[in-house]
Amino acid sequence: MLELLQRLFGKEEADKSKNVAKERLRLVLVQDRCSISPHILESLKEDMIGVISKYLEIDEKGLEVNFSNEDNCLALVASIPILRMKRTYTENK
Amino acid sequence: MGEVIVITSGKGGVGKTTTVANIGTGLAKEGYGVVLVDTDIGLRNLDVVLGLENRIVYDIVDVTNGHCRLKQALIRDKRFESLYLLPAAQTKDKTAVTTEQMKKLCQNLKEDFDYVIIDCPAGIEQGFKNAIAGAERAVVVTTPEVAAVRDADRVIGLLEAAGLNEPDLIINRIRPDMVKQGNMMDIDDIIDILAVDLLGVVPEDEMIVISTNKGEPAVLDPRSNAGEAYRNIAKRITGEDIPIMPLEANEGIMALFKRLIGRKK
Repeated sequence: MLELLQRLFGKEEADKSKNVAKERLRLVLVQDRCSISPHILESLKEDMIGVISKYLEIDEKGLEVNFSNEDNCLALVASIPILRMKRTYTENK
Repeated sequence: MGEVIVITSGKGGVGKTTTVANIGTGLAKEGYGVVLVDTDIGLRNLDVVLGLENRIVYDIVDVTNGHCRLKQALIRDKRFESLYLLPAAQTKDKTAVTTEQMKKLCQNLKEDFDYVIIDCPAGIEQGFKNAIAGAERAVVVTTPEVAAVRDADRVIGLLEAAGLNEPDLIINRIRPDMVKQGNMMDIDDIIDILAVDLLGVVPEDEMIVISTNKGEPAVLDPRSNAGEAYRNIAKRITGEDIPIMPLEANEGIMALFKRLIGRKK
């Protein structure tokens, strides 16, 4: 009976398979679009080094920046080895 | 001087070749000079879709290798005097043509035709690179499925990286009944995701199977819904302002009845 009513009045929005398709596509495309442009990742790295270097002394060669997809959420994960903390904030350039 | 348009998709089986055959025939019907170039070397099909498979003597590789003159390889359509096909080679592979050769070929063809329409192979490797090399405009074909839309997105990125900015989109094989039930992505959903301009929407239509069986493009069949969509697309390509046909869910009364009664899926 409940099923009949659901059918008559239209299913819940979230139940519609097109919404599932859209959500899955949205997530997969964020990842695809990131992975197709390594040069963008490279310039992001360079900019990050620039910003962080103002506050910390870091090992630029050991810097790793990647995208990770966990729990249906895309994250930018950066691993930045710190060589030394700067005692005072210095404005570069 | 004509225009070179590549029809591409990334994913196979979404209807590139059918689209090329129908748009090309539609443009020829409007009186334009059109040449269709099949670049799917090793898997040629545009010839059979157009019903011209028995007339092939030379192919695209014969032309690029200099085994024959360009004019000798062009096959005139049965129905329209202004429509020609340059078939793909069947026994070679996709590396038999270089991007430089393709550019030159497109340059030569657009001197003699209003529209040079290139049927691109599936995939994003050498065959794809060749197909887009000489193009000035790109049309991406997709279907309302996750895999096809994902591949379309990838291809749009590659086209833009190659300087073919703002490709147009054709959504093929859409089923209005399923869209209405919320079980198929809608036109707006897909445009929203891909962020490109819509060139046309082609409904799923059994007539496509029948017309392909016969080798007669559906665009010439006044009863075919897909044919009407392709006629409109051809006109839009020439710059005519034709609105997108609204999707009509022509569910039969029986289907509606069955759905209400509660036939389990």
